[in-house]
Amino acid sequence: MQIVKLPKQNLDKFIKSLSKFGQIYAPIKKDANTSLFSKIEDSSQIDLGYNRTLLPPKKYLLPPIDSMFRFSAEAGYEEVEHGVDEKSILFGVHSCDIHGLRILDLVFSGRYVDNHYFTGRKNTSIIGLSCIPDDMCFCRSMGTDFVENGFDLFLSDIDQSYLVRIATSLGDDMVRASQSLFKEVGKEEIEKHKKKSNEMQKHFKTDIELYNLPEIMDLEYESKTWEEIGEKCLSCGSCSMVCPTCYCYDVFDELSLDGKTGERKTRWDSCLFEDYALVAGGTNFRSERSARVKNRYFHKHRGFVAQYGKPSCVGCGRCIQSCPAKINVVEVITKIRSDAYV
Amino acid sequence: MCNGTCTSDTDNIYQPHLARIVRRLPQIKDHRLFQLRLEDSEIRQNFSYRPGQFVELSIIGTGEAPISISSSPTRSGVIELCVRRIGRMTEALFRLPLNSLVGVRGPYGNGFPLEQMRGNNLLIVAGGLGMAPLRSLLWYALDNRSLFKEVILMFGAKVAEEMLFKYELLTLLDRTDMRCLLTVDKDEEGTWPAQVGVVTKLFDLFEVDPKITYAAVCGPPIMYKFVSKKLLEKKFSKDRILMSLERKMKCGVGKCGHCMIGYKYTCIDGPIFTYWDAINLPEMI
Repeated sequence: MQIVKLPKQNLDKFIKSLSKFGQIYAPIKKDANTSLFSKIEDSSQIDLGYNRTLLPPKKYLLPPIDSMFRFSAEAGYEEVEHGVDEKSILFGVHSCDIHGLRILDLVFSGRYVDNHYFTGRKNTSIIGLSCIPDDMCFCRSMGTDFVENGFDLFLSDIDQSYLVRIATSLGDDMVRASQSLFKEVGKEEIEKHKKKSNEMQKHFKTDIELYNLPEIMDLEYESKTWEEIGEKCLSCGSCSMVCPTCYCYDVFDELSLDGKTGERKTRWDSCLFEDYALVAGGTNFRSERSARVKNRYFHKHRGFVAQYGKPSCVGCGRCIQSCPAKINVVEVITKIRSDAYV
Repeated sequence: MCNGTCTSDTDNIYQPHLARIVRRLPQIKDHRLFQLRLEDSEIRQNFSYRPGQFVELSIIGTGEAPISISSSPTRSGVIELCVRRIGRMTEALFRLPLNSLVGVRGPYGNGFPLEQMRGNNLLIVAGGLGMAPLRSLLWYALDNRSLFKEVILMFGAKVAEEMLFKYELLTLLDRTDMRCLLTVDKDEEGTWPAQVGVVTKLFDLFEVDPKITYAAVCGPPIMYKFVSKKLLEKKFSKDRILMSLERKMKCGVGKCGHCMIGYKYTCIDGPIFTYWDAINLPEMI
């Protein structure tokens, strides 16, 4: 992979030069404790020291509410213009969130390809950014603390400069468009980067053990732990909304006021919601909260592994931060693991 | 499996094709058989499916629901869907006049593994509305009679008034190339021309070699338990018991998550599961 150096004093100029490659979306500080990905009009808004944003960048690729198509009594069903052909740049995406997007890619490809999702994906370039983990990050356990593809450029902080990995031809175009801002990388900087990466490891305070977890999940299917968590869970669905890999959606038809035309839309859903598995006639396949909580953990750490070979969790810590009942995925998995050894 | 609805780069996999309701045949109370004809002739000609598959049916302005296909692919031209009036979507469907346009996309799901089943005996076990998807397999087998050895239908309903496709199935009683066993739990007037009693009692009426037989089962949740028990007693191996199991199949294409059980989506990995699959997936039966 090609690597160049971007001195920090050139960053602002570089971000400005990127605007000709598309609309920039980057983290901003909303208040003292909250960061968000937001549309950037002025590069001074960008806050690259953020820990985790409230919502992951999936909100751009899989919007909370999205249109599938239009319909009318006369014309039937017709495609809508989505505006996804506009180019955009997600700037400052952490490694875990890049892994999160790659997990969404797995789900929306396969035998039935969601072309709407992939059109958006193709038109969105990703510029990654290194980070320092806090006490809720467990990406190291999930193997998502580093990323080797799924971005165009990746910026790693080496104090006075960023070491910039160029992963795609588009990334190369971006660098070449403001070539004078970049410098060659010397041996010294590479060493510095390696040192920084090692230092990052020291910041981790949270780990989970993934080894044989799917098997343990099977063994602990009847564990009382699920009922205990079910008692605590409020079924609010916050963990799903903030999760970079949760993709479940509900579908609804929205009629216009004339009653003749409308749109079919998707809306984020959560497997924790009471009506998630409710079907016409009143049968609810998961009416118990404990069954829904268990299903969520099973899907992420057992089912997804069976289906795609890896868990659908990237260790970003958002669900830990957002849970009003203080349910902590790390504690749950540790508990389940200890249940298996009692 | 490309069924004329397979996608190219620009296709929207969620966009239904228009179809016209050409007939509405009343069945038992709150059940109707809808015959649909796809509007676009090319799509209509390319629309093929296998027994056990389902479509997503849209009512313009109301929504979409998964409905299993009740017709056999051996009889092309129209798709037949047997629908119970039970929710918002089906309520709207029942109100639609003849010739109305609806939306159809699919077919989805795995359907029955016909290639494996060929050359074997076929034992169809249905209860209540479970006949809706199995009717497709029944007519497929009868229209391709030479593909199977013995064909046996066991179908139970509470009372005669609640037996789906009753008149059609009663005509099968005279056929000599199959066994048609129709039972009702209760026959107070004593007029039912066939068996009386629960569906599992019918197992005593015949012998089949379980090594060369596939059982196809669909019915209310409680039935799976009793029927699988009987089949296991009859020495069926678990992968020769095929069950149609459904969940909330919303998108039909394995994306929206609602029909997930364990690590399977009922919409793409099912709705036909072997009994072995079913007992190894949590929550399945």
